[in-house]
Amino acid sequence: MKHTGNIGKPKRYGMVIDLDKCTGCGTCMVACMAENNVPFKKDESNKLDSITWLRVYRLTNGKPYPDNEVCYLPRPCQHCAGKHEGHSPCVSVCPATATDYDQETGIVSQIYTRCFGCRYCMAACPYHARYFNWWDPVWPKGMEKALNPNVSARMRGIVEKCSFCFHRYQKAMEKAHMEGRRELEEDEYQTACTQACPAGAITFGDLNNPEHKVHQIAQPDPAKGGRPRNPKVFRLLEELETNPKVYYLSSREWVQEACHKPHLLDQKTAHH
Amino acid sequence: MDSALIPKGVKRCPIWQFALGLGIAGAVLLWGVYAMFLCWFKGLNQTNMNDYYGFALWIWADLAVIALGGGAFFTGLLKYVFGKDELKNIINYAVLIGFICYSSALLILAIDVGQPLRSWFIFWHANVHSMLTEVAFCLSCYFCVLTIEYIPLILENRQLDKVPFVHNLSHSMHEYMAVFAATGAFLSFFHQGSLGGVAGVLFGRPFAYREHLFIWPWTFFLFTWSAAAYGPCFTLLVTRITEKIARKQLVKDATIQLLAKIAGWMMFTYIIAKIIDTIYWATTTAPSLGFSLKEFYSNNPVYGFSILFIEIVVCGVLPAVMLVIPKVRSNRLLLTLATVLAVIGVSLNRWVMVLQVMAVPVMSFDTWVMYYPSWQEVATTILPVAYGVILIMISYRYLPIFPQEAELNPLEPETPVAAEMDSQEATEADADPELTPAEA
Repeated sequence: MKHTGNIGKPKRYGMVIDLDKCTGCGTCMVACMAENNVPFKKDESNKLDSITWLRVYRLTNGKPYPDNEVCYLPRPCQHCAGKHEGHSPCVSVCPATATDYDQETGIVSQIYTRCFGCRYCMAACPYHARYFNWWDPVWPKGMEKALNPNVSARMRGIVEKCSFCFHRYQKAMEKAHMEGRRELEEDEYQTACTQACPAGAITFGDLNNPEHKVHQIAQPDPAKGGRPRNPKVFRLLEELETNPKVYYLSSREWVQEACHKPHLLDQKTAHH
Repeated sequence: MDSALIPKGVKRCPIWQFALGLGIAGAVLLWGVYAMFLCWFKGLNQTNMNDYYGFALWIWADLAVIALGGGAFFTGLLKYVFGKDELKNIINYAVLIGFICYSSALLILAIDVGQPLRSWFIFWHANVHSMLTEVAFCLSCYFCVLTIEYIPLILENRQLDKVPFVHNLSHSMHEYMAVFAATGAFLSFFHQGSLGGVAGVLFGRPFAYREHLFIWPWTFFLFTWSAAAYGPCFTLLVTRITEKIARKQLVKDATIQLLAKIAGWMMFTYIIAKIIDTIYWATTTAPSLGFSLKEFYSNNPVYGFSILFIEIVVCGVLPAVMLVIPKVRSNRLLLTLATVLAVIGVSLNRWVMVLQVMAVPVMSFDTWVMYYPSWQEVATTILPVAYGVILIMISYRYLPIFPQEAELNPLEPETPVAAEMDSQEATEADADPELTPAEA
């Protein structure tokens, strides 16, 4: 098969999630599960062993009524780049190279047929974005016909996680190549959660492309490992230098404080 | 019944007693094997692990047995490379214990991975940046070395030794044992260290992460050091337990004292390094990652500061001091107590570096998650213990593991019938005067 990789400028696909817009409805989670054939159990009450590539956390400011505030935080895989592009917490530890950092797109992939289920990547991920298939998937009768044919179903004993709907990227690139193009339009490759969010809280695109909304909102600074220049934008646990490609936006200070400690990163930058 | 297989000059328990012991250990072993097959055929849903505890009891057991099995490489290093010849009297047992520990570790790993049939991918698709890759390579190689070190001991069985080829093979292997001991020490340095590195490189987990020296986090050196320090303690402890069960002294005090003294000084220096590491981590590394020490040890029902105190002071400083003081370590009871504390200490260290790493929440809105193992996990963790007991029982009964045993426990004058039987056997053995038992 002819290689259809991107020969143009390297991309850095990422997203900005507006936490002030998110209502916590969970549509993104449902869309993600349906799009990616995410298996589920009969009883999903134990969230410690159920698979949710995109999980919505509920944050509170801890204050009593009437000052109590709630914020919903959708957490997909953060597609970390690490201190140097490709040194993600999980990619660097996988002993069998079953998880990979794509230098063309910045997407962290999981090779299901190579993973042998040691779960070291899960131990390495501070976001709990990686999930283990404790069971073989069992689909309710007839549902197997509704599975997405572009995404392989996973078997018991391996790890899986959000892929930024990488199959959609592959499909869009194939179409572009057929049309003699090497670059994608912004709307040609969008993740399922982005499209499903009724509040329009998720923006997805190429962080390297100044024409993409995601770049304009986050204003990533390439000289500082992609740190956002927009003061309302931040990344989860940025101080760990995981260098994630999922940015969050909130004007609420307590939300920002719950998610990262920017002064520590400033100290490190000054030190370096 | 099996007297022809028992080494000359030593006494063993009656066969029925031996069979009964084997039966009890075998029953426990079968229980573990049943749980093992449940995990293999039904999957890891048989465990209480979850997406927060990807590493749990098994990985702890792995790390712990590998640390405790460190007595083999370190005793071998001392005897063959540093010329501590006195240790020849305990090296066989150290090798046997190491063999049991490492084979157990490999078995546990085979149960622990989600797709055991793909285990070879770790070699085939090796990611050279992963600590686990280094562990897999060095562990497998070192297990081969331990097997090579154990084989001559098996060949020294009274009946096998009568076969000229086997006898000569055993002798030849002994001649090259220094090479294997040095190789074993080299491999052990790396895999023990890499096991420490497994946690130390996790820069997303501030509880585990440590600063690096070249490409290795500090835990790399601490794990190797602790295995060299605590491994011999486990060898001493198991020797003591064996002596208690056999109701006789098997190794002379001089050997025990020498190994205890070396282990004591290794522990003493290790615990100083560990204290420095802990202080630096608590005051510099963790705060730079947004955590105060208190956050690691509060808001949960299990992991308090007492864990740190028990590991470093009660099971670290205390046994180290006990072993470096000659008066204390020459007291058998205190020596045993020190080795027990040391074994608990290193096991606790490995527990903390696996289980507590998983338990500590990293995101501020996340919570501590506690874990308790399922019976299948417990059974498969006890399985290697039963297997170890069986292998020790068989090896002790039929192989000359303890070279000083006959000298320390001279046989009483025999009855005329027994003497006659023995003289017949002696005639058989003396048929070829060149065939004398090999020496370790």
